[in-house]
Amino acid sequence: MNNQEKEPMFSAKNLKLLTEPFGNNNPITVQVLGICSALAVTVKLKPAIVMALSVTIVTAISNLVIAALRKYIPDRIRIIVQLVVIATMVILVDQFLKAYVFDVSKQLSVFVGLIITNCILMGRLEAFAMANKPWPSFLDGIGNGAGYGLILVVVSFFRELLGSGTIYGYPVFEKLGLYKSGYENNGMVILPPMALIFVGLIIWFQRSKNKSLIEKQ
Amino acid sequence: MENLLNIFIKSIFVDNMIFAFFLGMCSFLAVSKSVKTAMGLGVAVIFVLLITVPINFLIEKYVLRKGALIWLGEGFGDVDLSFLTFMVFIATIAAMTQLVEMIIEKFSPALYNSLGIFLPLIAVNCAILGAALFMQEREYENVAEATVFGVGSGVGWMLAIVSIAAIREKLKYSNVPDPLKGLGITFILTGLMAIAFMGFMGIKL
Repeated sequence: MNNQEKEPMFSAKNLKLLTEPFGNNNPITVQVLGICSALAVTVKLKPAIVMALSVTIVTAISNLVIAALRKYIPDRIRIIVQLVVIATMVILVDQFLKAYVFDVSKQLSVFVGLIITNCILMGRLEAFAMANKPWPSFLDGIGNGAGYGLILVVVSFFRELLGSGTIYGYPVFEKLGLYKSGYENNGMVILPPMALIFVGLIIWFQRSKNKSLIEKQ
Repeated sequence: MENLLNIFIKSIFVDNMIFAFFLGMCSFLAVSKSVKTAMGLGVAVIFVLLITVPINFLIEKYVLRKGALIWLGEGFGDVDLSFLTFMVFIATIAAMTQLVEMIIEKFSPALYNSLGIFLPLIAVNCAILGAALFMQEREYENVAEATVFGVGSGVGWMLAIVSIAAIREKLKYSNVPDPLKGLGITFILTGLMAIAFMGFMGIKL
């Protein structure tokens, strides 16, 4: 046992790995990873939450596996090895979803499969897991998956609320009696393009709070 | 013929990879800073889709689907390998991009120099795997339909990335609020273009 391995499991450095992706190092709004499969699943909260959980699990476990194997993977074929590990995890998640939440699995359609090519996974494996110990890599995976999930949940919360007037299927606006006073759901929010605009607005908000993230052109 | 034309037009405009499904967004945002590189990546994507979609179609039809292995003999009629779909598709795509890269390098060094850097990137471009999975989900009848769908999706993707790159080049001269510069405004622009593309919805030839 050398000194490094005696480091406590939740040392400040490890905790930072877990929390940073929520704010200043968010995979979607700062690192620009994993937008591909993110936006199409945010019409309702439920599929968004399922998607967020699936991505977190896949990222965490494949980070763990690759970090454990990192010394045995030849550099030239690392992409294929990474893809095989990711694909195995995604197949497990897909089969699990099909078995236990079939309706959500139908809604997510091809997007579960597309977790394989989600740039978050390759990005984190290349940038972090190939150079770090399994435990920090595992935390990094959870942190990034959850940071990605956070954006998904925020976007889908607003889209579901404004577009269908419900929160997780519960008819909020109807109970508040808004429809009687002439309120109409905004059908446009349900359309795919609005997801992009919402993410754009989140980025705007985040960067006006934290000036250091502003890009210089 | 009409059917093929319909699939082609539909996959370019109505079911556009970027504007309707957000597939391939990572490289779409990262490589759309100049029209020239966007064009290069667009051509590479079309090329890879042209090759991988029909191959994946044949693999799906003769190996993976339930009962597909019946050509091996009666006993294989019940074999259902569809749970291996993701693994086989992504392996095919990764292998094909590698192969295409080597072939281009050998026979057309000029093309290789312009596409070269993009080809390895494409293996993990969601648009490629997305096209393969949509091809499976929509149950195209024969190789011709699948190929036309693949090429159409590629053309649609290229159309999207080239036009956003052109807009971003012009955008340098406009006065965007600081926090919105770069990524933020690109997202909103893509959203607005997607709304414009929704005008094509429901077109049938």
